[in-house]
Amino acid sequence: MWEITVEAIRLIARGDAEVLEIAALSLRVTAASVLASCAIGMPLGAAVGAFAFPGRRAATAALSALMGLPPVVVGLAVYLLLSASGPLHWLDILYSPAAMVLAQTLLVTPLVAALTREVVAGRAAEYRDLFASLRAGPLLRLRALLLDARGALATVALAGFGRAIAEVGAVIVVGGNIAHHTRVMTTAIALETSKGELELALALGLILLGISLGVNAAVMLLRGPSGALAA
Amino acid sequence: MTPRLPFGALLLALSLSALAPALAPARADEDAGAGDPLILLSTTSTENSGLLAHLLPLFEAQSGIEVRAVAVGTGQALRAAARGDGDVLLTHDRTAEERFVAEGHGTGRRDVMYNDFVLVGPAGDPAGIAALDEAPAALAAIAARGAPFASRGDESGTHRAEMRLWAEASVDPLPASGTWYREMGQGMGAVLNAAVAMDAYALTDRATWAAFGNKRGHRILLEGDPRLFNPYGVVPVDPARHPGVNADAAEAFASWITGPAGQAAIASFEVDGQRLFVPNAGS
Amino acid sequence: MSGAPPPLIEARGLTVEAPGETPRRRLLDGVDLAVPAGGRLVVMGPNGAGKTVLLRALHGLVPHGGTLLWRGRPAPPGPRRGQALVFQRPVLLRRSVLANLRFALAAAGAPRRVRTPRAEAALGEAGLLHLAHRPAAVLSGGEAQRVALVRALLAAPDLLLLDEPTASLDPEATRAVEALLARAAAAGTALVLVTQDPGQARRLGGEGAILRRGRIAARGPVAALPVGGAWGPLDDGGPAGLGAAP
Repeated sequence: MWEITVEAIRLIARGDAEVLEIAALSLRVTAASVLASCAIGMPLGAAVGAFAFPGRRAATAALSALMGLPPVVVGLAVYLLLSASGPLHWLDILYSPAAMVLAQTLLVTPLVAALTREVVAGRAAEYRDLFASLRAGPLLRLRALLLDARGALATVALAGFGRAIAEVGAVIVVGGNIAHHTRVMTTAIALETSKGELELALALGLILLGISLGVNAAVMLLRGPSGALAA
Repeated sequence: MTPRLPFGALLLALSLSALAPALAPARADEDAGAGDPLILLSTTSTENSGLLAHLLPLFEAQSGIEVRAVAVGTGQALRAAARGDGDVLLTHDRTAEERFVAEGHGTGRRDVMYNDFVLVGPAGDPAGIAALDEAPAALAAIAARGAPFASRGDESGTHRAEMRLWAEASVDPLPASGTWYREMGQGMGAVLNAAVAMDAYALTDRATWAAFGNKRGHRILLEGDPRLFNPYGVVPVDPARHPGVNADAAEAFASWITGPAGQAAIASFEVDGQRLFVPNAGS
Repeated sequence: MSGAPPPLIEARGLTVEAPGETPRRRLLDGVDLAVPAGGRLVVMGPNGAGKTVLLRALHGLVPHGGTLLWRGRPAPPGPRRGQALVFQRPVLLRRSVLANLRFALAAAGAPRRVRTPRAEAALGEAGLLHLAHRPAAVLSGGEAQRVALVRALLAAPDLLLLDEPTASLDPEATRAVEALLARAAAAGTALVLVTQDPGQARRLGGEGAILRRGRIAARGPVAALPVGGAWGPLDDGGPAGLGAAP
C-alpha cells in the first residue's frame, strides 16, 4: 500500500499530463452532469415533497427506486438511444463527453430528486399553513423551500457528485473509454486493472479519492464553519 | 446558520459551472479540421497490449485523420458495428467477420496480422500440460485433473477460440461450470487477474499476456500449436448499409494498416523485446 | 336585511369535523358569530374547545360546514384576500427578517421594486428596523412574533386573526405585541383574538365569546364575561385547570 501511495504522489507531483487530462475530464463531465441533475432534480424533488397531487406516493416510490438503478443499465439505455440505429442518433454524440454527461445526468437526477424530496418534505409541512395564509403560489413556494434548504441541498449535490464521479458502468458504455477523448478516472482505473497494472490502478483510485475530498472540502468551506445542515 | 451564509447550493452550482465548459470544446473539435474522427472498434487485446497506442499516432500523423478507438470484446465490437456505431473494425474472429460482411454490414475483410494464443497457468502446473504439444490434449488433461480453468465466458474472439479447442478435445466444460471451470464473463485482463488469484489455467492472446503486469507465478505452459493461430482482420463498415459512417476515413485506415507503412509499424511493435504481432496482409 | 352594511365576516351554524375520524366528531358544532369592519372579538375557552379550529375555519385553512359570509357573500374556498392569520408559534422562513417580509409581499403580488421599501417602512413603523438584516432563526420569541405580526399586516388586511400570539412570551414582549395590535386596531383593522389571558382580553376590550366543546357558551362585552380562569371542570382536552395559565 505504501508503494501505491508513493506512486500516486509521484504521478501527481510530476504533473503527468495524461493523468491530469483524465482527471480534468472526470471533473468536467461530473460537474456538468451534477449541474444538470440539480437543475432538474431539485425542483422536481421539491415539488414531490411539497405538493399534494394524485400519484404523489407513486412518484416518491419511483424516485427512490430509480435511485438504485445500476449505472450499466442507464449506460445501455443511453447507448441504445444514441446509437446510429437509435432514435436520438441525430444528436451524433455517442462516444463523446456529451453522451457521458447525458448518461450521468439520468443516473444522478433521481438521487438528487429523492434526497431533495426528503429534505423539503418536513419543511413543507411546517410551512404549509403559512404559505396558504400568505396565498403564495406554487413557484414561490418551491423557490422558498429550496432556498431555505440550501445548506442541506449542498450536501445533496455532493451526494450526486459522489455517485457520478465514482461511476464507471454508464460512462464506459456510452463514452467508450477513448484515450484523450472520453477516458475518465474510473474507466482508466478499469483499463489499468484489466492490464494487470494493479498498482497504477490503485494510484489512480487514490487520486480520484483526492479529487472527491477536494470538492467536498471546497463546498464545506463555501458553506462556512457552522453552515451545516441547519439552514 | 450564521447570518451571511452564502447560498451553498448556488455557489456550488456556480463553481461547478466554472468547471463545466467540458462539452463545448469537445464538440467543437469534432467539427473542426478536414474530416470527422474515425471510430475504430477494436478488441481489448490490441488496446491492452499497447499496439493501438503504437499504431494510431503513426496513422494520424500520416493521414491527418483523428482516430477514436473503442476497445471491447470482438463480439461486442461486431454488434456495435452492425448498429452503425463505428466506422471500421479491427478484430480477431475470422468466421464472425466474414459473416458480418456477408450480411452486408461491411465492405470486405482483409487480413492484417496474427498473433497466437497461449495457455498460461501456475508454475506448479498440476495438470502437467507443459509437457504436451497440442492444445486440445492440454485442455483434456486439465479437465481430467479438475484443475481450475478461467474462461472469458463472454463470446469474445478469445472465448470462441477456446470453445473450438474444447470441441476438438471432445470435452464439454459447461456441465463443470461453477466447479473447476469458471466462466468469468469479463475482459482478458480481468480474467488473467482472476486466474492468477485462483491458481487457474487460462487461454490468452500472447500480446495481452506479454504486456500484462500482474503475472506473479504464472507463466506460459503451452504455445506453438498451429491451432492457436489468432488472425486479425480489418473490416470497413459499409456506408451503403449505414449511411452515417465515415467511409473515406475507414477505407484510408484499412488501406494504411494493410499497406507497407502499417505493416512495417506492426512488425516494429515490441513489448520487452518481444515481437507480438506478425503482419500478414496480402499473404 | 336593512340598509346597514353587512358584517365583515359572519358565521352561521359553522361546523368543522375532525379529519379522517369515524364516527364523525365535530370540533366546531354550530358556531354563530359576526365581526363588523374595524370590530374586535376576543375568543376564550379551555384547551381543546376549538378556538384554533375556529380561526382556521374563518381563514379558510380547513373545510367547514354551515354558512360563512365574507364581506356579505359566501366565503370563497382557501385563505381569503384581505385576511391574515398570526400563528401561536411564529413560522418564519430561514432567511433575514427583511427577506421574510419581502416574501410575503411577493406572495401578495407586490411588484419587485416596492418590496424592500415597503418592508423597511413596515419594520420602521413597528420599531423593528434594527432587526431587518438579522436571520429570522436567531430572533427571540418576542421578536419573532412581532415580525410575524408585521408580516401579517403588510398587505393591510381588513381582518387579522390571532391565535394566542403571546402564549409563550414574557410580559415585556407581550406588551410589545399588544402595542402593535392596538396600532392595527386603531388603523381600522378588525381583530379576532384567541387568548387564554384574561388580562389581555380586558386590555384589548370589545366583544368577547367563550368557546366550550365547539360551541359558544357565553358572549357579550369582554368586561362582563366570567373570565376568571374557572373553566377547569369543563376542560375538553388538556389537563384540568391549566387552561387559564399562559
